[in-house]
Amino acid sequence: MAEWTPTPPRPAPASSVGFSAWARRNLFATPGDVAFTVLGAAFIIWLGNVIIDWAFINASFAGDDRTACLKPVQGACWPFIDAKLGQFIYGRYPEAETWRVNLVFLFGAVGLVPMLVPAAPFKSFNIAFLLGFYPVFTFVMLTGGLFGLAEVETTDWGGLLVTLVVAVTGIAASLPLGIMLALGRRSKLPIIRYFCIGFIEVFRGVPLITVLFMASVMLPLFLPDGVNFDKLMRCLIGVALFSSAYMAEVVRGGLQAIPKGQYEAGAALGLGYWKTTRLIILPQALKLVIPGIVNTFIGLFKDTTLVLIVGLFDLLGIVQFHFTDASWATPETHITGYVFAGAVFWVFCFAMSRYSIFMENRLSTGR
Amino acid sequence: MSEKPIIARWRARVGQRDVLAQVLVALLVIMAVYWLVGNVVSNLERQNVASGFGFFNERAGFGINQTLIDYNEDNSYGRVLVVGLLNTLLVSVLGIAAASFLGFVIGIGRLSQNWLISKLAMVYIEIFRNVPLLLQIMFWYFGVLRNLPVPRQSLDLGELMFLNNRGFVLPAIEAGAGAIWYGLAAIIGITAVFWFKRRARRILVATGTIASVWRPAASIFLLALVMAYLIAGVPFQLDVPVLRGFNFRGGISVIPEFVALLLALSLYTASFIAEIVRAGIEAVDKGQREAAAALGFTRSQSLNLVIVPQALRVIIPPLTSQYLNLTKNSSLAVAIAYPDIVSVFAGTTLTQVGQAVEIILVTMLIYLTLSLLTSLIMNWYNARIALAGGTHG
Amino acid sequence: MKMLSYKFRVVVLACACVFSQTAVAAETLSIVQKRGHVQCGVSQGLPGFSNPDDKGNWVGMDVDICRAVAAAVFGDSAKVKFTPLSAKERFTALQSGEVDMLARNTTWSMHRDTALGVDFTGVNYYDGQGFMVRKELGIKSTLELGGASLCTNLGTTTELNAADYFRTNNMEYEIVAFEKADEAVAAYNTGRCDAYTTDQSALYAQRLKLTDPAAHVVLPEIISKEPLGPVVRQGDDQWGDIVRWAHFAMVNAEELGVTSKNVDKMKGDKNPAIRRLLGVDGTFGENMGISNDWAYHIIRTVGNYSETFERNVGKATPLGIARGVNALWTQGGLQYAPPVR
Repeated sequence: MAEWTPTPPRPAPASSVGFSAWARRNLFATPGDVAFTVLGAAFIIWLGNVIIDWAFINASFAGDDRTACLKPVQGACWPFIDAKLGQFIYGRYPEAETWRVNLVFLFGAVGLVPMLVPAAPFKSFNIAFLLGFYPVFTFVMLTGGLFGLAEVETTDWGGLLVTLVVAVTGIAASLPLGIMLALGRRSKLPIIRYFCIGFIEVFRGVPLITVLFMASVMLPLFLPDGVNFDKLMRCLIGVALFSSAYMAEVVRGGLQAIPKGQYEAGAALGLGYWKTTRLIILPQALKLVIPGIVNTFIGLFKDTTLVLIVGLFDLLGIVQFHFTDASWATPETHITGYVFAGAVFWVFCFAMSRYSIFMENRLSTGR
Repeated sequence: MSEKPIIARWRARVGQRDVLAQVLVALLVIMAVYWLVGNVVSNLERQNVASGFGFFNERAGFGINQTLIDYNEDNSYGRVLVVGLLNTLLVSVLGIAAASFLGFVIGIGRLSQNWLISKLAMVYIEIFRNVPLLLQIMFWYFGVLRNLPVPRQSLDLGELMFLNNRGFVLPAIEAGAGAIWYGLAAIIGITAVFWFKRRARRILVATGTIASVWRPAASIFLLALVMAYLIAGVPFQLDVPVLRGFNFRGGISVIPEFVALLLALSLYTASFIAEIVRAGIEAVDKGQREAAAALGFTRSQSLNLVIVPQALRVIIPPLTSQYLNLTKNSSLAVAIAYPDIVSVFAGTTLTQVGQAVEIILVTMLIYLTLSLLTSLIMNWYNARIALAGGTHG
Repeated sequence: MKMLSYKFRVVVLACACVFSQTAVAAETLSIVQKRGHVQCGVSQGLPGFSNPDDKGNWVGMDVDICRAVAAAVFGDSAKVKFTPLSAKERFTALQSGEVDMLARNTTWSMHRDTALGVDFTGVNYYDGQGFMVRKELGIKSTLELGGASLCTNLGTTTELNAADYFRTNNMEYEIVAFEKADEAVAAYNTGRCDAYTTDQSALYAQRLKLTDPAAHVVLPEIISKEPLGPVVRQGDDQWGDIVRWAHFAMVNAEELGVTSKNVDKMKGDKNPAIRRLLGVDGTFGENMGISNDWAYHIIRTVGNYSETFERNVGKATPLGIARGVNALWTQGGLQYAPPVR
């Protein structure tokens, strides 16, 4: 008697595995799909051609002035970016002092990266570094005037430096302010509540540009004679107030999602309002709205470009400014500059949005 | 309910503290406002700066290159405000329409079963929403539109429309006296659509069959058009633009600032709307789609009658805030000289008159009102669709 | 209760802060002297008038006025800092005390002088509004511009003058007004407009920024009076005097033949007018609250009017502007300074 042996399972039919099956399912399922796929592919090929022609094949890569970028069929003018890169990063910050900016960038990265990696140790030390030491360090390093560092006025700051200073200050200021406003808006004390509602709704109802105009042409009038701030400082205040209103609404969403039982549990433990909020409510609420908070950061980061309208030279502003340099005036200079600035902004924003998705997934599995 | 004494005491203490805290906050706010206003008044008085709103009636004296109402240099600053406001509204309303259309198409494309289309939609979304809007506006204006030809070498579209670096010139339609009949025909057509829609809903509720709407409505509209033609003939004339001197005269000219702003606003906002639409559709329970399929609905029927009405309820609130954002973002017009309210009022008027406080406050107040109005309209719409879902669902 | 008293103290402290900051209108000169430098509002970059050079140092005719004031107050023309301002911000910045003076190619007009709380101290450059067009258009006169698109800066007198001029001559026009001069020039450069209009001196300056400066021509007509001058806050006459006489000292120096090169020698000159100007005789500086050799320091470190003109906008510079109406009155121009006496 031959022993019974199970027949080995037959492989799936060739028509349902492999690329061809995948393509049939995902690209050519119906006649309509076929049409879409063909159109889409044609579009991609056309666009890819245009981009490759422009960015590589017809582009110029070396040269010292506009003559390098005046071919009959001219693509991107990369030497322009190369020649101005220092300006785009530091603005008019004195060349001999740019090491200070680099050091600030470096310290920022050193402080931020382990903060963002959930597995990295020493979080509380890290927070102390970022919130305590780093702002003071940055301020002293960038403005100078202390410890033998030459003073650099903020009118000389520019480029990516200003973009990052405005964005980071806005982010750092808007989160605590936004939390306070959100708590105030949910407070049972009517005067505080109405004040917070008024503040939030006013700042959310007007465009940032009017807030910046207010900061640049009106704020000086609000202060007593002889007292005034630096223009960069005024813009920072405007940006911080504006984004804190948006932040407040995001945080409020988180607060609303916390079940009432959590408050009651806090009260049952004999905790007062502030302790309940700080130890029980906020940690949960903020965790819930991390994606929203990061989205607000992304919006804020993009909004920093508006400071160019009130005359600060952020990355976009300084790129725009260098278009006026006659020695680089070519038909392609503008597009090249915008593509460069756009790519820089895109990298930052895209990284933040990916990080937010990563955190969202991480936190949602924990629940 | 009786409370334990300890809690009662705790409540009383908290009560006192609350009142005190509020009084203090109120005092602080009042003092801050008093201090700020006092500073402004003393600053302005000391420097002998004019104040008040008298300038609204003064002659403006400057030109504006896009006006929806009659305007010339002899008009007042008050009229400048209205001209600017209308320009803001124009670009906002058209931008909202274009962004919604594009956003819905891309959002649905993002969910397409077709892998290529879905990825294309994703690439679009990730590129456009991660680049600052101001940069996009400048890209279109200073980067792209500058490459259009000069008026003398305009791109000619059928001898009627011309595209050049001064904008897009279209023929204007001038209506004669008989045009009123065509207006009447349009009203009849619109009424027919509404009437057949209501009828279709009635039939649907009563019998469960789907009555057609567009075919009968379109036939009635066509009939009305034919009638109008028989009565009035063609009372329209085309005012075709002609090249004279520096640029085209006659017709309607769409300035490039408007084109660039509208393009950038719609493309940017569409990427956000697409994500909202995707999330909204994904939020509809899978069972709904299966139920529709089980009832024998076609794909488009299930989308139109089952999925979208439910998705809309999720979509409307975030969509509202995108509409508000677009309206506020239209203020970036000032960077490319589109004559919106910020440019002509908080810009030119402010520098001519020099009264920063009054002008910035009025501008902010107008945006606040616009935001409030948009919110109200969208909330009303939201309440309406929520109710409709409730009765018939 | 502990918490309460803490809060109370915070509030008391806040109130104290609020009321201790009550405005005390100090005089500009003493503020400037205490601070150690003059804060001067300039343009955001206009070659020849106020523009940062390759090394980031501000240069130009307007900048020189600021330096002259610093030299008069401190004896050192380097004790000045510059605040670049847009057309929109300039008056608020001055009104609020953010800057001590404006030297920002600002046109002296009656409305500005009387309704904005500022005072013009003089005219350091007599200008007028002109137009720049492409050579290829073959236009010879402003009157041929009917139907043209004009690029200009938002909120300047230019915008108003253009409107008046075209209406008076029954010509149609389209105005495209930009927030920043650079953007207006860029738009003109791309062909958005047929003409770029602003003060004629600025036309020459901005032409340098175009792709091909030789392909553009500045039309001969001037359609307005644009007297450009320094501006100070109204109500501080002492400070106004210093700024006014800083300019007059430079004009007087040119008239008397005193230059930065010969100023030390001139101190020993017998001409009483020169002796008074350089502070050898008289107490003219003390009367303004500064040292008597104020003008000596201006001329030594900045130069006389002719020197600043030729250095910044004159024939030898890329702008190549002739003295024209800005010549001394003795040579048929309008630059005329009251005597130091």
